[in-house]
Amino acid sequence: MSAPAPPQAAPALDVRDLEVQYRIRGIWRSVLRGVTLSVAEGESYGLVGESGCGKSTTAYAVLRYLPRNGRINGGSVNVAGQDVADMSEGDVQRMRAERVSMVYQNPGSALNPTLRIGAQVAEVYTLAGTDPKLAEERAEGMLSKVQIADPGSVMRRYPHQLSGGMQQRVVIAMALAKDPSLLILDEPTTGLDATVEAEVLDLVATLRQEFGTSVLYISHNLDVIARMCDRVGVLYAGRLVEEGPVDAVFHDPRHPYAVGLLRCIPRGGVRKDRERLDTIPGFLPGLGAELPACVYVDRCGLAQDICSTEEPPFFDLGGGRHSRCHFWEQAHELPRATPPAPVPNVIEAEAAPVVRAESLSKTFKQEGHEIHAVEDITLALRPGETLGLVGESGSGKTTLARLLLGLTEPDEGSVVELDGKTVAGAIAKRDNDQVRALQIVFQNPDAALNRRFSIHRIIGRAITKLLHKTGSEREDRLQELAHSVRFDIRLIQARPAQLSGGLKQRVAIARAFAGDPRVVVCDEPTSALDVSVQAAILNLLAELQTDKKVAYLFISHDLGVVRYLSDRIAVLYLGRLMELGDAARVFRAPHHPYTEALLSSIPSAEGERRERIRLEGEIPSAANPPSGCVFHTRCPRKWGDICAQEQPPLREFEPGHFMRCHIPLEELAAKQGVTLDGPPIDNASPGNPRAPVPEPRASDAQEADDTP
Amino acid sequence: MSLPGQPLSSAFDEALAGTPAAGPRRDEGRSARREQLHLLVHSKTFIAGAIIVGFWVLCAILGEAVVPKDPLATDPLSDLAAPSGDNWFGTDRLGRDVFSRVIAGAQGILITAPAATLLGTVLGTALGLITGYFRGAVDDVLSRVVDAFLALPVVIVGLLAIVSLGPSKLTVIVVIGIVFAPSIARTVRAAVLSERELDYVAAARLRSERTPYVLFAEILPNVMGPVMVEFTVRLGYAIFVIAGLTFLGFGIQPPAPDWGLQVFEHYGLISGGFWWPVLFPAMAITTLVIGVNLLADGLTQAFER
Repeated sequence: MSAPAPPQAAPALDVRDLEVQYRIRGIWRSVLRGVTLSVAEGESYGLVGESGCGKSTTAYAVLRYLPRNGRINGGSVNVAGQDVADMSEGDVQRMRAERVSMVYQNPGSALNPTLRIGAQVAEVYTLAGTDPKLAEERAEGMLSKVQIADPGSVMRRYPHQLSGGMQQRVVIAMALAKDPSLLILDEPTTGLDATVEAEVLDLVATLRQEFGTSVLYISHNLDVIARMCDRVGVLYAGRLVEEGPVDAVFHDPRHPYAVGLLRCIPRGGVRKDRERLDTIPGFLPGLGAELPACVYVDRCGLAQDICSTEEPPFFDLGGGRHSRCHFWEQAHELPRATPPAPVPNVIEAEAAPVVRAESLSKTFKQEGHEIHAVEDITLALRPGETLGLVGESGSGKTTLARLLLGLTEPDEGSVVELDGKTVAGAIAKRDNDQVRALQIVFQNPDAALNRRFSIHRIIGRAITKLLHKTGSEREDRLQELAHSVRFDIRLIQARPAQLSGGLKQRVAIARAFAGDPRVVVCDEPTSALDVSVQAAILNLLAELQTDKKVAYLFISHDLGVVRYLSDRIAVLYLGRLMELGDAARVFRAPHHPYTEALLSSIPSAEGERRERIRLEGEIPSAANPPSGCVFHTRCPRKWGDICAQEQPPLREFEPGHFMRCHIPLEELAAKQGVTLDGPPIDNASPGNPRAPVPEPRASDAQEADDTP
Repeated sequence: MSLPGQPLSSAFDEALAGTPAAGPRRDEGRSARREQLHLLVHSKTFIAGAIIVGFWVLCAILGEAVVPKDPLATDPLSDLAAPSGDNWFGTDRLGRDVFSRVIAGAQGILITAPAATLLGTVLGTALGLITGYFRGAVDDVLSRVVDAFLALPVVIVGLLAIVSLGPSKLTVIVVIGIVFAPSIARTVRAAVLSERELDYVAAARLRSERTPYVLFAEILPNVMGPVMVEFTVRLGYAIFVIAGLTFLGFGIQPPAPDWGLQVFEHYGLISGGFWWPVLFPAMAITTLVIGVNLLADGLTQAFER
């Protein structure tokens, strides 16, 4: 704990046996079922769990800001020693205005789009009775505290003129403006790029030291919690199942749910050909469902008879740790839900590329500006191979995918080849075989599946159109597809909204595979899913690849996920290919300075706090890209004037490893703290953050897996 | 659930768990529509509207069968009789029973107004789908035409068309339908603009669907909410416009027991103290328009939350 509390001071937040219900369709349904937690003065407390566990509800209950159909029906919430339930409306208003601040997930909707930033930040001060002139000055001061470079001009701008990262800084500035005693952060970086997320997290950490604010940090991302918090509580079905100091919980979890969550994440450089990801079977109990004695019994691999008859108490494990599990001593022996057997690689290394793009460019015209969304990209995919595509948002990943698919027509001079034959740029001009060879799994299954259609119609239609099968032939194919994506055929008449996120994504995958594609683009296929479901989907994609020898173009902002699945990696920046090479090679220094920065921005639940490479400023506008190397404005390894004057070519630094950088390999290696000679490259060096050494956590899991 | 030492494929497990055991999740989804229905049934606005409109629909269906007197039968001996036990709403200048004519009058308006609105909705929806989906030049041209149409006063256009084509039910329906189409097209276009960006449309293109299929089979069902709301809003307006046209003498022709026509035939007599042949048909128009608008409000609340 950064600022130890005076002995008798009341904790900043004390929640006791909190119970909250929502009235849904006329029935009161329990959401929180006795949550007890306390955040000490100056402490940072993390709350993790999958969606629907009640994390945000806890935050809203603290502020007495539940939606109209919500009510607190048990327990108490004390903010700095005062019971929130006893407060009058006016007191609650004052508490929200003066003592407790909240930062929400989406900064775009937390700011008023019709007011200038200055007016919104200054309002916090004027509400507290500050003279308007003075409020303006203080607002500007606060904006510079959240590291906004030019606060004066930002004050005059409207929210939509700022990037997501800037908006979130403004929201944080507003939250801290009143010097609150408690700051609640509800997924503050979930919608942001990894590089921006890293900056915002740094900022919050710095400000917390400066202001000594107590923090309740809500996130589904374990890595973020590990970086930001002193203590963590794991929430499941409205109940705290484990609590303790962050390092202890993440390195030695004592509840099967926490164990499972940690195993689901691809980390420590684990890859599909080394082991399958573990998953958590089953579903979270629904809101208001009758709970078994132990809330987790239905999904727990350790469950015994006692678990369904006797409710486990919140065992005190010593050292400030608690676990709500009868078998907390054996929690780490939780058997795997998915066998670790790796998925064999099926890359046909000698085969000709199945799809190849040459000098692929796309220029959008917008109000007289030319925007080079994708510029001169040449790459190829071999059968059975996965090419990972990474880069910040706006780097052209999705546009590149749409160009290959023919959804967007490329510029003159671009070539897309399928099996060595040039195909038309627009999908309307491609023949049926070409159309079915290239398919996609979209990011958000809610948008990708027509909500008015049954699953049967969604998949069936794809079979009819792509394979020209009808009648019983079509039904057979449908059965086969459902089976291969492990979708229960009994649910075939359901509508998408009746299914969980994971099942919807399985339907989307089945549709993509309906016409036996050669290449499937996976555009952030798991970013809308919870981690346990993500693991199952990643396993499925790997298995399908082995079975069907399909090539994937895998787009993701989650580098752990990309690494798990990819054989090669392409790094995009402002529509240009910055680096391309074998996955292991790209993840290991020496690599492109942009790749280095991307990699170092990922927080890791392993708890190690590395020195990070910060990218200064925002990603430049594609309408007006920087001269020379497009990355030179933010490059932490800028070499000299040549970077600003001359665009570096995409050079083959080593066989199969391409980079767009002026810096010679030896020098890059030296800067990144590795040597070129002597195999293998020094993994343990501090400047090499994502070294593929098996970290202690990974080996723990390995042992645990073997135990049963 | 997997037992120790017997690991199952959790992926399969997850799929199985989606069956009835995973009740709440399924429940949530299925209810999207059911919840709308629930909101409608519990909306006082909607219920009030439904009762009023229901009453007039009943009158339109039963009409002639339940009226106490023949609405067309003249009786020169008892013209302009005040409301009494014999003639509840009095008689008009030709001695016809006003009560019977008001009840019977529901039928005419409840055929022409919905027919005209339906025509306008179909035309407008098609136009909106096309302009919203194609954007670009198609949208620019069609949208300007739509804007031009929107600038024309409905009643004047209606008058001119009826004068040149001759008054008839069909003319009224077609004219109002065409005049209504542009504003419905606008609403639908706005909805389509956001739908077309959703990935299911891209997915349809990725299996070489023809454009009409994408428009009418994929997108249309997803914009039916706004279309229904627009239909009811327009329906109220159509009743008003048709009554207005008839009042000006350009719609339904005598001796039909039309409400607007009845007001038209007798408004000059109000100053003489003969208020009943005007008030009752006017009230009929008012209540029907209010009823339909209440329905529209109820639907809006349910569909556009």
